[in-house]
Amino acid sequence: MRIVAEHLSYIYNAKSPFAVKALDDVSLTVEEGEFFGLIGHTGSGESTFVQHLNGLLRLPSSLKRRKKKDGATLTVGEFDLTSKKTNFRALRRKVGMVFQYPEDQLFAETVLDEVAYGYKNFAEKRPDREETERAVREAVEAVGLDYESVKDMSPFDLSGGQKRRVAIAGVIVTKPEILVLDEPAAGLDPLGKREVMELLHRLKESWCKTVVVVSHDMDEIAENCTRVAVFSEGRVEYVLPPAELFKHTEELLRLGLDIPLTAKLVLALKERGVEIDCDYTAEDFVSKVLARGGRSC
Amino acid sequence: MKALEYRDVSFSYEEEGGFRIEHLNFSVEEGEFVAVLGHNGSGKSTLARLANGLLTADSGEVAVFGTALGDKNLYEIRKQVGIVFQNPDSQAVASIVEDDVAFGAENVGMPREEIGKRISFALRAVGMEEYRTATIARLSGGQKQRVAIAGALALKPRILILDESTAMLDPRGRKEIVGVVKKLNEEEGITVLLITHFMDEALLASRAVVMNRGEIVMQDAPSRLFRRGEELVTYNLALPRIAEICNRLRAGGMNVSDALDVNTLAEDIAKCVS
Repeated sequence: MRIVAEHLSYIYNAKSPFAVKALDDVSLTVEEGEFFGLIGHTGSGESTFVQHLNGLLRLPSSLKRRKKKDGATLTVGEFDLTSKKTNFRALRRKVGMVFQYPEDQLFAETVLDEVAYGYKNFAEKRPDREETERAVREAVEAVGLDYESVKDMSPFDLSGGQKRRVAIAGVIVTKPEILVLDEPAAGLDPLGKREVMELLHRLKESWCKTVVVVSHDMDEIAENCTRVAVFSEGRVEYVLPPAELFKHTEELLRLGLDIPLTAKLVLALKERGVEIDCDYTAEDFVSKVLARGGRSC
Repeated sequence: MKALEYRDVSFSYEEEGGFRIEHLNFSVEEGEFVAVLGHNGSGKSTLARLANGLLTADSGEVAVFGTALGDKNLYEIRKQVGIVFQNPDSQAVASIVEDDVAFGAENVGMPREEIGKRISFALRAVGMEEYRTATIARLSGGQKQRVAIAGALALKPRILILDESTAMLDPRGRKEIVGVVKKLNEEEGITVLLITHFMDEALLASRAVVMNRGEIVMQDAPSRLFRRGEELVTYNLALPRIAEICNRLRAGGMNVSDALDVNTLAEDIAKCVS
């Protein structure tokens, strides 16, 4: 499923003194199979954008009693989100959404019930117990937890990282083709962060075809994403692979964004007359530097 | 003088399966900036909560500037030890910035005029003077945390503890907070205990301490600590990215120093490749 947005705008609290233009004429395409990153200073529109992808926020033209089309279009795979006839339930099965701090939304008494909740709610007809358990087992194992040992536990007795995994399992249990996550690694310790990013790569290979993440961590973006969209004040400033994007150091800093450590080092080296051309992953940076350092010192 | 001292402190939570702190001896000198690292559940926050009596040691004692914490002096000691917690949205008690900053001072019965002065001092110290009458709900996460720090500062604490106060902030918010804390340490001489799992924040401290299962397992100057990468990994910690790159370069035969800042590392690399 491709995501194609054209001329998308969104205003919060429209027609009130608190009106805020969160998206301003955004056009963006995410191809199937991408690990796509959205970055921007807090409040730049990236979260507003992703909430359109499964219809949490709606295009005006798709709402009842609104006839006017504003020229904005958004398609996700075969779903046309400008249409009033869109089956949002079917869409939400295909586009899984993991919010920030998803573990705050856990509610059920056991991990099994927690993960089963989304599955039962999105199933076309009510699944029987056996079928539900099978789906839950698969999802829980896919996020790297041992099903037998956690299924009867209260999700609240798990560690922070495990809770987050359970929350992700509760979303992927419907087998979405696109998984959207808002700051999936925020608040975790460094090892937890790394594990979550590795999990997302595994899920992309084996479970859902496309992963879209909103992140503030530029190192994370540089290490993981195929392409990145940079949001600023509701507009998309760049859509580039990290290897290209982080060459625009000055512009990114001007937009109030950070740059990855590797980009800072490349910049500091350039000032000292050493040009390093790397893709901004730590691995590539180190190997390019070592390739230059003919002698040991 | 020792600002904070844990003397043979033992503590355990009632629930089973958790860690316990046993016979912990640890102290922080006045004016020090100490970073406390450790994975989730290692006992970092417990250490913080023992420091001003939010938790009470089962045995042993905690002393603040030489005075052991007890029921009688609890409130006096809390004036000296300010704690700022993790969540920017759950620490405000008022809706307007100045009311929130005044809350602690009002509670200890400070005269009204003095409170006004303290609010000005505290907001100036965290760079939020312009927001004195702003609505807290409309501030960014970093600004809310700065207001929370101001609330602690209004009592003129001699020790400031930040218990993962930057964990929920974006990079700009984190920079704001860490910058403010560093300044308070250097200019006001406030002793700082910074509890964090952002390894790069620890680089600003004069001493970094690693906790694991309720024990202090490593402590050293940050740059030296981060040379012991393998040991850190056994405590479920990851290195700051810059230390990781330094270590990889060293493994590849490039002998860079362990200063762990961008310019020094670039300088070292430039020397090696030119």
